Amino acid sequence: MATEPVEPAWLNDDARVSLDELAALSGLTDAALRELVDYGVLHPVDAAEAQWTFSARWVVVARTACRLRNDFELDLNALALTLSFLDRIRDLEAQLRSANAQLPRRHY
Amino acid sequence: MKYKDYYEILGVPRDADDDAIKKAYRKLAHKYHPDVSKDPAGEEKFKEIAEAYATLKDADKRAAYDRLGSHSPGQDFQPPPDWGTQYGEQDLRFEDIDLSDLLAGLAGGRQRGAGRRGTMAMPGEDYEVTARISLEDAYAGTLVDLNLSVPEYDANGRLHRVPRVFKARIPKGATHGQRLRLRGKGGKGFHGGRDGDLYLNIELVPHALFRPSGHDLYLDLPLAPWEAALGATVAVPTLAGTVHLKVPAGTAAGSKLRLSGRGLPTPHGKPGDLYAIAQIAVPPKLSEAERELFQKLAAGSTFDPRSHFNSEVKHGD
Repeated sequence: MATEPVEPAWLNDDARVSLDELAALSGLTDAALRELVDYGVLHPVDAAEAQWTFSARWVVVARTACRLRNDFELDLNALALTLSFLDRIRDLEAQLRSANAQLPRRHY
Repeated sequence: MKYKDYYEILGVPRDADDDAIKKAYRKLAHKYHPDVSKDPAGEEKFKEIAEAYATLKDADKRAAYDRLGSHSPGQDFQPPPDWGTQYGEQDLRFEDIDLSDLLAGLAGGRQRGAGRRGTMAMPGEDYEVTARISLEDAYAGTLVDLNLSVPEYDANGRLHRVPRVFKARIPKGATHGQRLRLRGKGGKGFHGGRDGDLYLNIELVPHALFRPSGHDLYLDLPLAPWEAALGATVAVPTLAGTVHLKVPAGTAAGSKLRLSGRGLPTPHGKPGDLYAIAQIAVPPKLSEAERELFQKLAAGSTFDPRSHFNSEVKHGD
């Protein structure tokens, strides 16, 4: 059974989500999300605002956070540490991909 | 119904205590969890492990599972005649059901409200799928067919895995690692709960010529020694067709020549760039005429490409 194609939403800096939406999409509670913001692993667009909004790319991070917490039975401190390591790995992998892309494929 | 040996999956004996089961699960999860593992088979493997753990960590489910007896993995089997009534199900049919769905429907599983007795609003399950697309498709946008095996409840409230095909539009602007969300395309919600979402992870299939980094592309540009020395205008392929690139005189190997805006498009901003990386290509076999010309050049040139060797190495004399 095939269904009509759906227009997807970008999970990047072009889109924004509210704290409540982030909670609904990730499965984490508002309180857990606030704590992860305190730990510095999630970043609202403007932390000084009363109603936080987030770049939609944090949806991916928050969903990973929820999975890791459930599957590894982590507390929020260990979760924040794990997420910061994953972020560094992602960053290093992107640098590595970029460096590899600039290496010639064959020698002429 | 096909048998799965949850003890074997976790690598524990059938009389393992809760602690041993938890430890075995954690050890395997560290190795195979898709968020931390680089193993391409990790995701499937972790699903099995999580399914085994979900049953064995719950005393009621473990007892119900143990009562099914021990069979070979993959073997078709029937539960004992009184098994269904013992676990509160009146008219279970076992032919067309997955063991995990059956166990999830028991005791503990029912609190999810998913069973026929549940009345609480429950959102549908979210799915995550990786779509591998070509660079050309990423450039132009594309439609992909996604094949998913999704759990759905029939009219009697029984769980079945049904194959479903989604067509998803991947708009132009995606690159490697981009995530997209298709609202409402996950599992069906129950009792007024919202339908789940489908999350797409974009992976680019390696291309024979172009190497992506974000939205930028890199391309090897082989040049003959005289083209690099004298400068030349050369035809260069791009995802939008051939363009002509002016190579300046004295182009060194490894120089990046930027073709602005010729990389991958971005969703809402300016497109990435294409970088042609100059490589000096030497004819693998010289003709007689070429050899003579190179010999003339060698005799007449004062160029020393290694002049810096002497100034940068200190001899201890």
